[in-house]
Amino acid sequence: MATHHSDNAKFLVGIYDDDDVVLKAVKEVKNAGVRIHEVYSPFPIHGLDVALGHPRTKIGIAAFLFGLTGFLCMVALTYYTMGYDWPMIIGGKDPYAYPAYIPVMFEFTVLFTALGMVGTFLVSNGLGPTVKPLMFDLRSTDNKFVMAIDLSKNKLSETDITSVLRQSGAAEVNVKQF
Amino acid sequence: MHVTSPVRTPLVTGGKTYADVTDDICRQVEGKPTREWIIAFTISFIVLIYGTACVFWTWWEGLGVWGLNKTIGWAWDITNFVWWVGIGHAGTLISAILLLFRMKYRTSINRAAEAMTIFAVICAAMFIMMHAGRPWLAYWAIPFPNTLGSLWVNFNSPLVWDVFAISTYFTVSLVFWYMGLVPDLATIRDRATSKVSRYIYGAFSLGWNGGAKTWARYEYISLILAGISTPLVLSVHTIVSFDFATSVIPGWHTTIFPPYFVAGAIFSGFAMVQNLMLITRVVFKLEDYITYEHIESMNKIITLTGSIVGVAYITEFFIAWYSGNEFESYIFLNRAFGPYWWAYWMMMTCNVISPQLFWSRKIRRSIVWTFVLSVVVNIGMWFERFVIIVSSLHRDYLPSSWAMFSPTIFDISDYIFSFGLFFTLFLLFAKFLPVINMFEVKAIIRSSSERLPASISGVAKGENVTNPTFNKNAD
Repeated sequence: MATHHSDNAKFLVGIYDDDDVVLKAVKEVKNAGVRIHEVYSPFPIHGLDVALGHPRTKIGIAAFLFGLTGFLCMVALTYYTMGYDWPMIIGGKDPYAYPAYIPVMFEFTVLFTALGMVGTFLVSNGLGPTVKPLMFDLRSTDNKFVMAIDLSKNKLSETDITSVLRQSGAAEVNVKQF
Repeated sequence: MHVTSPVRTPLVTGGKTYADVTDDICRQVEGKPTREWIIAFTISFIVLIYGTACVFWTWWEGLGVWGLNKTIGWAWDITNFVWWVGIGHAGTLISAILLLFRMKYRTSINRAAEAMTIFAVICAAMFIMMHAGRPWLAYWAIPFPNTLGSLWVNFNSPLVWDVFAISTYFTVSLVFWYMGLVPDLATIRDRATSKVSRYIYGAFSLGWNGGAKTWARYEYISLILAGISTPLVLSVHTIVSFDFATSVIPGWHTTIFPPYFVAGAIFSGFAMVQNLMLITRVVFKLEDYITYEHIESMNKIITLTGSIVGVAYITEFFIAWYSGNEFESYIFLNRAFGPYWWAYWMMMTCNVISPQLFWSRKIRRSIVWTFVLSVVVNIGMWFERFVIIVSSLHRDYLPSSWAMFSPTIFDISDYIFSFGLFFTLFLLFAKFLPVINMFEVKAIIRSSSERLPASISGVAKGENVTNPTFNKNAD
C-alpha cells in the first residue's frame, strides 16, 4: 500500500470513537468537498465502502474462474489416468465412468476456489508476510475509527479540513507524515 | 444506533466497550502463561511423548502389535479416524453454515471451534498414517506416475475420494481459520510491546491495516469461503461414510449412511466444542463472551443432531428387517443381542437417550449437565463407529472365520497419543492466539450486547438500558 503515494505525503488523520459517527462523517466530509484517502476500522462497517465510493469488488469472478480451473484439472486428470493412459473395465462399465469421479471433481473445485480466491485477495490488497502496514493510528485495530486525508490531493487548506473533520464528530485530528 | 431486541437474550454481557473486548481477549496472549495452562500443557505434552513412542513402535514393529486378526482388519484405527474426523466437523459448520444463516452467536465460538477442527483432522490423519502401516509410502495415495509404468490410483475407490476430501477439507479449513485470524493478529501486533512479538505477529498479520476497501473485499471472500465450505463439510463425512457404504458388507452397505454420518459428525463435534469452551471460558475468564445463551444454542444443535442419529439407528434396524435379507437382519440382531451387545447399548444410551435430557431448559443452561452430557455424547459416538466397524466384520458369511476383537496396549496407547497431540496443539493455540474472534465480537456488540456503554469505544461504562428499544432508524 505504501507505494500508492510519494515519500513525503502529508496526511490529516481524524480519529472517531464511534462507528456510526464515522459512517455519517464520511458523507459530511465528502459533501464539504474533501477527498478522503481511506477509512480504517477495527471491524467491517457495513455501507462504509459504498459511502466512500469504492467500486464493488470483482473477486467473485476470480473465485469462479479458479473453481472452473480446478474442476477442469480434475476432469483432465481422471480422463487421462482412468480413460486414456491405463483404461480398465471394472464391473462391465465404461473405463471413464465419470459419475464415480464427481466427488474428486467437486473437491478440486472447492480447493482451487478457496486457494485462488484467497491468493487473489492477498495480492490485490497488497498483503503479505513482509509487508509493513501503513498505519495512521495504532488504535485503529483496537477501538478507534480513523479517517485519513491526503493533503496533497485536496484543494482545501489544512485548517479548513481540520474544522470539517471536527464538525463531523472527530474526537482528535492529527497530522501524520510518511 | 443501538438495536436491542426485546425478544433475544444478549450475546455479550457486562456492558463491554470495543477496548474491553480487545483487552479481555488479548490478556491471555500477552500475559505470562498461567499455572493452570502450564500444568495442562505439561500433562498433554508428556502424554504426547508417550504416545509418539508407541506410534513409532507400531510403525517399527508393524501392525501386528494391534489386536487385529484375519477377520477384523479394521478396528480401533478406523474407529478413531472416523471419530476424530467427525469431531472436526463442528468448526467449519459453525463458521460456514452459521455464517450463511447469520447466527450471531457463532462469533464467540468460531475461532476455537475452527482450531479444534484443524487439530482433530490432524489426529484423524495420524490414524490413516498408522493404519497404512508404512507412512513413508503415503504418497502412493496421490496420483503419482510410478517407475514401473503408468499405474494410477483408482479413482473409482472411495478411499481415494477420501484422500482428496480430507486433504481439501484440511486445507480449506486452515485457510478459513487463518484468514479469520489476520485482523486479530494485526490488533496484537499493534499492541505488542516487545520487538519479537511485534515481528512475529507482524509477519503473520500480513500487513493488515483495516482499510474500508480491504474490509469490503474481506467480507466478500468470507462469504464465498462460507458458501463453498458448506457443501465441503457435508461432502467430507459423506465420503467417509462411502468408505463403508460402497462395500458389500452387511451393516455397511446402506444408503442412509451419508446423512447419518454427517449428523453424527456435527453431533460429536458440537459436544467437543462444548467441552473445550466450558473450560476455556472459566480459565480465561471469558464468561461475558461465552454466555449461557451460547451454551444453550449449541445444546439445541446437539439435541437436533442426536435425534437425527437416533432416527437413523431405528431406520437402519427397520430396513434390515424389511429388506428380507437374512445376512442384513442377522448383523443387526447380532449387534444388539450378540457378543458386542454392550457396545451397541452403550451407543444407544449415550447417543439417543442422553441428549434428550436437553429438552429441559434447566439442563440445557446448566454447566455441569452440559459438560457431563458432552463427554457422554463423545463416548457414545466412539462406540457408534466401533459398533459399525467391528460388529459388521466379526461375523461374516463363513462361520468358521468368526472372531472377536480385543485391543492390545498399542491400540489403546495409539488412541491416547491422539489426545496428547490434540490437547498439546489446542493449548498452544489458546496461549498464543486469541481464542475469540475479536473483530467479529466487536461487530455484534451494538446489536447484541446487554447494555450499551455511553461511549462505546471509550472507557466510560454506560447505564443499563432499562427499556429495550428498536431505534434502528434514529440517525
